[in-house]
Amino acid sequence: MSAEPLPRPVGAMGVGPEPARPSRRPGASFFVGAGLVALVVLMALVSFVWTPHDPTFVDASARLRPIGDPDYPLGTDKFGRDVLSQILVGARTTLFVGLVAVGVAGLVGVPLGIVAAMAPRRIGEPLMRGIDLLLAFPALLLAIMFSAVYGGSTLVAMVAIGIASVPSFVRVVRSGSLQVMSTEYVLAARAAGRGPGAIGLHHVLPNVSGLVIVQASVSFAIAVLAEAALSFLGFGTPPPTPSWGRMLQESQELLFAAPRLAIVPGVAIALAVLGFNLLGDGLRDHYDPRMEDRR
Amino acid sequence: MSAVAAQGLSTHSPTSRVLDVNGLDVRLGRFHLLHDVTFSIDRGERVGLIGESGSGKSLTSLAMLGLLPDEARVAGSIRLAGVTYDLVGARERDLAAVRGRDVAMVFQEPMTALNPTMRVGDQVAEVITVHSGRAGPDRRAARARAVELLDQVGLPDPGDAAKAYPHQLSGGQRQRVVLAIALANDPSLLVCDEPTTALDVTVQARVLDLIVRGVAARDAAMLFITHDLSVVATVCERVLVMYGGRIVEAGSVSEVFRRPRHRYTQGLLAASDLDSAPPAGRLPTIRGTVPSAGAFPDGCVFRSRCDHATERCATVPPWTGPGPGEGFACYHPADEERA
Repeated sequence: MSAEPLPRPVGAMGVGPEPARPSRRPGASFFVGAGLVALVVLMALVSFVWTPHDPTFVDASARLRPIGDPDYPLGTDKFGRDVLSQILVGARTTLFVGLVAVGVAGLVGVPLGIVAAMAPRRIGEPLMRGIDLLLAFPALLLAIMFSAVYGGSTLVAMVAIGIASVPSFVRVVRSGSLQVMSTEYVLAARAAGRGPGAIGLHHVLPNVSGLVIVQASVSFAIAVLAEAALSFLGFGTPPPTPSWGRMLQESQELLFAAPRLAIVPGVAIALAVLGFNLLGDGLRDHYDPRMEDRR
Repeated sequence: MSAVAAQGLSTHSPTSRVLDVNGLDVRLGRFHLLHDVTFSIDRGERVGLIGESGSGKSLTSLAMLGLLPDEARVAGSIRLAGVTYDLVGARERDLAAVRGRDVAMVFQEPMTALNPTMRVGDQVAEVITVHSGRAGPDRRAARARAVELLDQVGLPDPGDAAKAYPHQLSGGQRQRVVLAIALANDPSLLVCDEPTTALDVTVQARVLDLIVRGVAARDAAMLFITHDLSVVATVCERVLVMYGGRIVEAGSVSEVFRRPRHRYTQGLLAASDLDSAPPAGRLPTIRGTVPSAGAFPDGCVFRSRCDHATERCATVPPWTGPGPGEGFACYHPADEERA
């Protein structure tokens, strides 16, 4: 008995180079989400080098082909355009709108959120009330307004959606930054003589980046959905650029005759949105401070 | 500028004085947190500041760096050698120029005092470059100097350690990094706020040794805040005893620890004196608990917990002693009969 080697204590403290950060593996939602997002990215990339047909080519002899047609695997629409090719090229639009909207929201929202957290109350409070005011505007209404003023284009619509997403970024980043500002390392940085600009850039921003990534993936999903809705209403991507939302709109009049024309882009939108949401959820689980291993 | 500060400086040799705190008084909202705190530290001197939690120790340390919250109303003066302006009421920009250069701080919690997303070498280098301006060392030189500093504080493999993130280091190692950051610009005053409280006893001794060496090598002054009396006895030459936002006793460590005069100091020492405690009994304690901020009695702040308090204690006891660096504020001092 005594000769038997003692079992190694499980989870002995302070061992080796193993980081104290949680080494938890991301959950299933992360992988499913990442897979779906990767699929959309892949479709967009493939569309640059190859599509089965020209997505905008109108072939009057091949109108309304059903799914499973040897030439047109996902069929054709009422103008004889290939649905699969349109879906592939439409993935580009989807990613583009997401990037523009999230880019605008992040570039404006993240600095504002950090400033709102670091500035004295007399600046931070009015700033947040202004943000709340922006939050009261429905995103789609804002986008329609923008389209009416600046003309309908994907870019204009998505800048509007981006602006409408600014408040959620500001709020998330501000709450994270407030937490960071109360930490001792920020006090230590001040004690070392660092100014507010350097503290915001070097100490606050890196420590809220996890929250920003999560918020970005959620906003991405919202932007994709918004673009579809705007295109459906006729304020989004103008023809002939393929867009999943507009495919949905064009299928309207044939909803009963050829429901597949609505189902195919509908499923594409649903999977893309689901993918970004799951990815965001998975990342949130990973970055959630409550799950952070504090040792 | 400030006549009081000028007088305070003139009574001592002005060249060796590093820190002169005069009548520091801090109020936050309706709470009066520090009352008339006056003390000074000379070059090369190590002064302990002791007291229970809530006595105002940490607040005093933050005041030395001008890090009190914006809402705090501060009176009195804090003068630092080599700084032409009073730290009380100085502009934020002027304060930032002093912090980390003339006065630096070692924090209590090495686990939280470092930025988790930044390599520790960069955190040391950051402090070097922030005060050196355009003419100072470039990024590479600052990084090399950071490695040198990490070596000085006894980190093994300082080159590799500089590339590590804080979570890859142990508590003692992190506290060494914090010390390296504090010493980076050779400050004339080092403020240590319970720097070893969060560490193992064995690591504690090593870190204390490093702090004392680092300070001695720079001939800097040190203000060492702690509630651990044995640490004060090993590290400091003089001691200030704080209670309820006032300094209630001051003097050399040997004098105050051997012959405490203020009843609070006496209680504090008795509560940590293992030798005189009955073999199987309990250590004596100070009855009651530290009142919360704003709930301290008028007059002598300690009278609500003091066994010797009389009606006289309802007025603030005057300072008895040759100067702010030595004496006590008590109507019924211990050891009166022997004195």
